[in-house]
Amino acid sequence: MNENQQDIIITPQQVLLNGQSLPTTETGEALLTELYKRFVGDYPKFYKMDTLCRLGFIGSELLLQAEKSERFLVKNDRMIIFANKSASIKNDTDYLQTIQADNYYPSPALFVYTLPNIVTGEIAIRNNYRAESSFYVLQDEQTLQKLAQTTLQSVQTAHSALVGWVECESKDNFYAHIKIVWKN
Amino acid sequence: MGIYCVAHHICSPIGATSQANFEAIMDGKSALRLHSDRFELVEPFCVSLFDEPKSFTQWCILSIEQALQQTQIDPTSQRVIFVISTTKGDNLQLSEPAMQIQAHFRNPNLPIVVSNACTSGVCAQITAMRLIESGACDTAIVVGCDVQTPFIVSGFQALKALSQQLCKPFDKQRDGLNLGEAVATMIYTNQKPDKLCWQLVAGSICNDANHISAPSRTAEGSFRCLQEILPYAEQIDMISTHGTGTLYNDAMEAVAIHRAGLDEVPIGALKGFYGHTMGAAGVLETIISMLCLEHKIIPAARGYEENGVEYPLNLSPKNRDLDHEPHDLIKMLSGFGGVNAAILLRYVNE
Repeated sequence: MNENQQDIIITPQQVLLNGQSLPTTETGEALLTELYKRFVGDYPKFYKMDTLCRLGFIGSELLLQAEKSERFLVKNDRMIIFANKSASIKNDTDYLQTIQADNYYPSPALFVYTLPNIVTGEIAIRNNYRAESSFYVLQDEQTLQKLAQTTLQSVQTAHSALVGWVECESKDNFYAHIKIVWKN
Repeated sequence: MGIYCVAHHICSPIGATSQANFEAIMDGKSALRLHSDRFELVEPFCVSLFDEPKSFTQWCILSIEQALQQTQIDPTSQRVIFVISTTKGDNLQLSEPAMQIQAHFRNPNLPIVVSNACTSGVCAQITAMRLIESGACDTAIVVGCDVQTPFIVSGFQALKALSQQLCKPFDKQRDGLNLGEAVATMIYTNQKPDKLCWQLVAGSICNDANHISAPSRTAEGSFRCLQEILPYAEQIDMISTHGTGTLYNDAMEAVAIHRAGLDEVPIGALKGFYGHTMGAAGVLETIISMLCLEHKIIPAARGYEENGVEYPLNLSPKNRDLDHEPHDLIKMLSGFGGVNAAILLRYVNE
């Protein structure tokens, strides 16, 4: 394990925090709930979130707990730069089910989550991060890492960023890789 | 290094070029209409729709082609990148249409889609500026577009965010937004053209860290965006606001402008003409604001009659003349996810 590694990978089967595998029992979306109950527990808003937000939220929670610096202070120097390839497709599909002609009850609670950048907002709210939050739809994670470096170098007030590739196609098919990246 | 806008194009329900749109605005035209039979939705809604049924991808390609025709830029160059601003793309797909646009122009670089809710069009311009400044490219082609669907309209109806009449930005009687369709393109490069043009001077994106679907009462993020770009400003001739016509957005923007000490600056609010064009809004409204200032005009805030925000802004329901050469323009936007963005543009010659 690299001493300075600050990243987390979450798949439906596995959690790797700073290179170390966390023992877990559940899989798929139930894994995210398991992590929430074990490591957070006091943020009921979690249950309102769609799967993409739960994924980004719990990933950032575990990563920031491991960072061991004081949490929840207002921070103007840490950005949130997230991306994926499929935008908010899982929740878009769920919302579409509520507007079928034979069963038309559009859900405002679901509609709010039909934007991929909501996950960055959830993390900003949880942590009091008031710097930039940006969401991109890109072809690969490498493009995100380059863009994050460009952004960090260009924003004078920023010192670090949570950089996350968060993909969520269904309750059982997701992938998150979130890192803390510091300005060079 | 300077970043300059060397070409732009708008296609909207009121005009097929930037110039045609500017003229329509001067004449007070709008395509906003109350529809009761579109999309098979129960509730009627007020929206500005294209006559022609084209897909998101087709609109983007059309607009980019029109903008490129004004330049010598070769889109197949390694030094050109596409930056696409949208919220819902082509029927909920964002990645595939971006690749289709890139392939159409035989561009060698992976396209970047900015999907930062309603702020995307301004964020895309900021992304373009960073890519050029960092040397990743010399030219960034920014295109913003969204087409309206039952998905979007039903969602905003469910949120009770839509007005059933023409929207009234910053007005006492405002009761919601109208949706709209448009596509708009801006081409930014690091080569200063030998004529008057707009330079993208500064930009800022800040999160409220407050609520995912409601703006901050203290306008935290929006104010901080203004605060971050103000040190670069010289003489601000207009602030082009988001001005959606919803109770909370407009109240929040007035607080942000007041906190930044900009109460006296003439305000632009264009959604009374176009509705909220989502991914297109930031690009479309920047171009119209540039053209208005070039003609020394502060455009009418269509739909506005009487002040309805805590800190009165410098707004008028009529076109007004600017009595000097234009200099600085601010464009600001806010959106779901608590995100806010603002840019500063300058009309430059030397």
